[in-house]
Amino acid sequence: MALQNPTPSEYIQHHLTNLTYGYHPENGWSFAHGAKEASEMGFMAIHVDTMAWSVGLGILFCWLFRVGAKAAHAGVPTGILNFVELMVEFVDKSVKETFHGKSALIAPLALTICCWIFLMNLMDLVPVDLVPYLFMVAGVDYMKIVPTTDVNATLGMSIGVFLLIIFYSIKIKGVSGFVGELTLQPFGKWMIPFNFLLEGVGLIAKPISLALRLFGNLYAGELIFILIALLPFYLQWFLSVPWAIFHILVIVLQAFIFMMLTIVYLSMAHEHH
Amino acid sequence: MNLNLTLIGQLIAFTIFVIFCMKYVWPPISGALADRQKKIAEGLDAADKAARDLETAKSQIEDELKQARSQVTELLEQANKRSSQIVEEAQDKARAEAEKIMASAQAQIAQDAAQAREALRADVAQLAVVGAERVLGASVDQAAHKKLLAELANEL
Repeated sequence: MALQNPTPSEYIQHHLTNLTYGYHPENGWSFAHGAKEASEMGFMAIHVDTMAWSVGLGILFCWLFRVGAKAAHAGVPTGILNFVELMVEFVDKSVKETFHGKSALIAPLALTICCWIFLMNLMDLVPVDLVPYLFMVAGVDYMKIVPTTDVNATLGMSIGVFLLIIFYSIKIKGVSGFVGELTLQPFGKWMIPFNFLLEGVGLIAKPISLALRLFGNLYAGELIFILIALLPFYLQWFLSVPWAIFHILVIVLQAFIFMMLTIVYLSMAHEHH
Repeated sequence: MNLNLTLIGQLIAFTIFVIFCMKYVWPPISGALADRQKKIAEGLDAADKAARDLETAKSQIEDELKQARSQVTELLEQANKRSSQIVEEAQDKARAEAEKIMASAQAQIAQDAAQAREALRADVAQLAVVGAERVLGASVDQAAHKKLLAELANEL
């Protein structure tokens, strides 16, 4: 452990620090020793734990559904196919209710978002000290196992969605249509700068709100788990169990919200005003 | 809480997962679901059709049974009629036969009676001749004639 007998704030600080690898002005390419070094690395750094866990969980999702897809047939479904079909039908229904165009992308996108975010959120239910402790024994100082408590992860996804919004807006309405949508409403052509400001903020707010909503919920949840972990062990159960049970709801809900909002934003991008 | 390359990494990972899902996960599953939906719809249709067919067959059976029953009744009636006809005919025939027999018997009787009468008449005549002979052979006297005549009459 980097710290022996940490104070509560050190403990919290430690649990909220990612395992960062990047270019440090003094040390060159190296792992950051502590939050200060990590922030000194600036943009040229990568959260190894976030990447590894999220990619690992993404691969888990892909593998699971690929197994289901390979087993898919028109007969009576069995085993994993049941679950996979349940998810696919659920997502398909959500997409069809909201999005009325035709797109080969949106439904798989929604499925990926829903399942991947759910899996990443699910890591929140792993006891906060367990995995970091195991890694510490193995010699790795920092390990944050919930990728969605890293704003980079959520923002990465929401930027993906944002790029799709812009792509579809331009594809469906053309460049002029999209620019017109940004500048000519709500007040007509004599207020173009003002319109642009309003619509631009509205547009930028979509990915930001997507990312920060998910990040905020999970970060706060994780923080509360960490705070509970600071209590004496005989009190921890009393608080962490109810919070974990409540958190199951948050985990599913946040994955669902991210998915639904993505569908809504993309269907808005498909519609003419 | 630092924004850094992780952002780009996540964006790339996200893109790859979505593309994977779009290419290798979604199409087979949704295809299978659509196929199954079709299959179930076809199955239900077939079941409906079978039920309708069954209904038709049932009503057909009903009709045929009714027809057969009426046919049977008709045949029975015909048979009854025919049998009573036969009986009647037989009775008529028998009656005619009986009458014929009776007629011939009567004729026979009449003939017999006539013959008997004829025989009698011959007998009477003979008796009369015999009587006359006797009368003529014996003395002719009133009293004796009277007696003879009475005898004759008795013999008749």
